[in-house]
Order: sequence, then structure tokens, then C-alpha cells
Amino acid sequence: MSLSARYGSMATLAALGWPRLNWRRIAPPLVTGVVVLVLWEALPHVFDVPELLIPPASAVFVALWKGVVGGIFLHALAVTLTEALLGFVLGSASAILIAAVITRSEMLERALMPYLVALQSLPKVAVAPLLVVWFGFGIGSKIAITTIISFFPVLINSVIGFSTVEAEKLELMRSLVASRWQTFRIVLFPNALPFIFAGLNVAIVFSVTGALVGEFVGATAGLGTLLMQMNFSLDIAGMFAVLVLLALMGMALHAMVRFLHRRFVFWAEAEKAERNGS
Amino acid sequence: MGNFIDVNGVWKKFQTRSGEHVTALADISCQVQEGEFVCVVGPSGCGKSTLLRIIAGLVPPTQGQTVIAGTPVRSPRREIGMVFQSPVLLAWRSVIDNILVPAEVIGLPSGQARRRAVELLELVGLAQFADKFPSELSGGMRQRVAIARALMHSPQILLMDEPFGALDAMTRESMNIELLRIWEAQRKTVVLVTHSIEEAIFLADRIFVVSPRPGRLSDVLDVKVSRPRSNRSRYEPAFIELAASLRGYFENMHSERMQ
Repeated sequence: MSLSARYGSMATLAALGWPRLNWRRIAPPLVTGVVVLVLWEALPHVFDVPELLIPPASAVFVALWKGVVGGIFLHALAVTLTEALLGFVLGSASAILIAAVITRSEMLERALMPYLVALQSLPKVAVAPLLVVWFGFGIGSKIAITTIISFFPVLINSVIGFSTVEAEKLELMRSLVASRWQTFRIVLFPNALPFIFAGLNVAIVFSVTGALVGEFVGATAGLGTLLMQMNFSLDIAGMFAVLVLLALMGMALHAMVRFLHRRFVFWAEAEKAERNGS
Repeated sequence: MGNFIDVNGVWKKFQTRSGEHVTALADISCQVQEGEFVCVVGPSGCGKSTLLRIIAGLVPPTQGQTVIAGTPVRSPRREIGMVFQSPVLLAWRSVIDNILVPAEVIGLPSGQARRRAVELLELVGLAQFADKFPSELSGGMRQRVAIARALMHSPQILLMDEPFGALDAMTRESMNIELLRIWEAQRKTVVLVTHSIEEAIFLADRIFVVSPRPGRLSDVLDVKVSRPRSNRSRYEPAFIELAASLRGYFENMHSERMQ
């Protein structure tokens, strides 16, 4: 293929909305990745580490491929993803709701906040065994754990968000004789969104941890369960493959929250930059 | 034409955090006519903003009362449009959606409200900026959006709390001209709080002079500068004389307090 034909085709790709490959940006991480993979493949051989302890990269890829094609990985992934996502949604939705309610009343806030803050400092995974007793080995106990674990970071941030509002914004709404619901919908809720998203960013990562710990304590399916089973049968390559899967899942979930953040809180960055600038 | 806004023996006392009692306003009585433009002038901390908030019904007076169009003020009411010192725009709403906030709260039909919002944007000279976000506007433009928003629900009264205090001198002067143009087009009753003597003379029919600690109404001055006003009005003898006497007034106030 001639040079001009090559650039010609790239130009059409760009016209179609494809991002032009920017090699200055892509090359460094790509090189790092390749180097790490090569070292991972070579070092066990060089230092004569048993394959059982640290399987080479190729063995992990083979395990990953087999697991995915065989269907076990995808099923386990679906179970863990459901646990994490459902718990995340339930936990954060109820946290936002409760924060909205208690910040509307100074009395309620004073009565409840000390306990909620105290509960927040309790490591939530400690209640996992209890929840398995209550909700059984199925998906229910895992959803309960992920709900509780996502609840607190969102709650604390939402409470701060609903309380951090410019007095004049509220005065504006008062001067228009707005109802409490209108004030909430038009000013308080959107105003709290940057804080709420700070909580959601933490919660989405926690929820995956919660689902895994729940499965470690007692479960019949999921990536955590798979990890335990492979541990017993000393399938180390398989375990690495599951870890790769977990990392990919965590990245995807985090990317989802970041996407929503950009979509709904696009205005906060501009506002912050300006405040720092002036 | 009767008294449209009637402030009657209003006192306001605060208790500070340290338990100190502070009298912000002492026995203020004043009247504003319908369609009149009144400026309240005084040094910072003289309680002039508090007076405005009492008229707006946002703050209850400790004693005395305000009557608007024959009814005592007990809480905020919709015949008033407020403009604050900062524009108080909602960063997540476009310019036009910010102007539509009062329509949304009051529940005006949306088609009609939108048409009015577009008209108001034209009135304040921001027709092409309807879909921009507040962060994309300059300080002066934002305050113009705030004025358009205050006019959205067609209030009879416009209460403005140092609306141009945060702007640079040049922008401020052009905003003053803008505001007079809007006032001439809409003929609202306006009460504007400022600490700038020039701004007060340029805008007002009458000036209420407030002295500090405690805030007292120490004088009411008629502004005899001819209308319509432009930047040339600033060189009229009436303007210059009034500015000189007001400045003398505040200097006396200052030296009395120093003694």
C-alpha cells in the first residue's frame, strides 16, 4: 500500500468519527504493558520458580480463554456483577433518600448523625457472616452486604452535599415562595450532585469488595466462590485469570460511574476552575 | 398615588454568637411611591441590606411593620423580584433555564413563559446567550441574567441588594445605564441598596441615607437630575452638588464616630 493511500484511508476514518491514533500517547503505556508481560513470561523460567506458584502469562491467558469459552467464568461474572450492581444501586439510592430526609430537619440530623458516623467507622465486612446467616447462601446475602457497604460513603457525602448550599440560593427560592419540594428539586439536589458523585465513586469500588467478601464467607456461585474453589484445587493460573476478570469488571463499573458523573455534573468543573482562577 | 411601600417604625435586633445584642436598624420609617426608583445609601454594615430583606419578607423585623400595597408583609410574596449582590445563578442550568426558574416555581404555562424569557433576554441584551451556561458568561452578563430572572414573573417591585457591587467600575457604569433603560421600559417600583454615592444619584428619584450603628434613616434626598439620564448626566450641576453634599455627609458621619 502506498503512503498516500494509507493516509487517505486514515483521513476517511477520522471523517467517520474515528479518533486518530496518537502514538505519542499510546506508545508509553503499550510499551510498559508489553515489557511487564514479557518479564512475567520469562522470569519464572529464568529463576526456576515452580509454575504452580507463579504461572507464566501464557498459562494465565490459556486459563482465561478456557474459562470464558467453557462458560463458567461468564456465569460467575454475571452473578458477582449482579450482586455488586444491585447492592450499589440499592445502597446509594437509599443513602441519598435518607440524607435528603435527615438534612431537612435539624432535630433528625442531630438525633441520627452521631450513630450513622459511628456505624460508618465499623468495618462493614465484619457483618458479612451475620448476613449470610440471615439471608442464606444465595445472592440475597451478598446483595445485603454490598448494599450496606455502598450505603455509608454515599450517605456521608450526600449529607455534606445537601448542607453545603449558598444561603442566597435558598433566599432566592424563599423570595419566590417555593415549596420545599421545589427547593429540593431545583436547588438542593442538583447542588449536592458533585458531593453525591464523590460518594458514588467510592461506593462502586466498595461494592465489588463487598460482593467478593460475601462470597468468601459463604456462597454457591460467583467469582469469589470460583476463586475459593480454585484455591482449594491449587489452580493458580485459574486464580490469576479470575483476578484479571475482576480487574476488568471493576474498571468497567468505575467507568460507568465516571460516565454518569461527566453527563450530570459537567458544570461543576467549570465552576471550580473559575473559583480557583478568580 | 398613595404610598406603595410603607415601612413603619421598623427595628431589628440581632444576637451575635457571643451573646452580644446588636441593634441593626433603629426606628426606620420611610415610604416609596409606585413606579419610583429609590436608592438606599450608607456605609458597609449600616443595616441597609437588612432593611431590604425586611421589605422582601425574608427577615422579620423585631418591632414595627412593612406594608406593601395595603397588606402587611409577614412572609415573602410574589409581587417582588429580588436581585442579590452575587448573581446566584444555578450553574447546572443554561441561561434561559435560569431565567425560567420563577416561572417553574409559580407554575406559569411553559410556552408562554419561554416566550417571555426570550423577550427578557432581548431586553437585557443577551439574546444570543440563551443556551450558554453561567460559567461561560462575564460577571456583568451574569448580573444581567439575574435581573432578567427577577423580572420573569412580572413583579411590581424590584428589590436589589448591591447588584453591581462585585463589578469593575466600567462595567458598573454601563450596567447602571442598562438598568435605567429597563426601568424606563417596565416602570417597576425599585429599591436598590448601594454604598456608591454616584450610583445612587445616577439611578434614583430619591435617596434614603442610612447612618450606621445603629442603622438610622438620617436623611431623604430628592434627586433633581433630569431624566432620561445618560453618562452626560454625571456632569450636571445638580449631580455634582448632590454628590458633594452626600460625600460631606458621610465624612461627618465618619468623624463623629471616630470621636
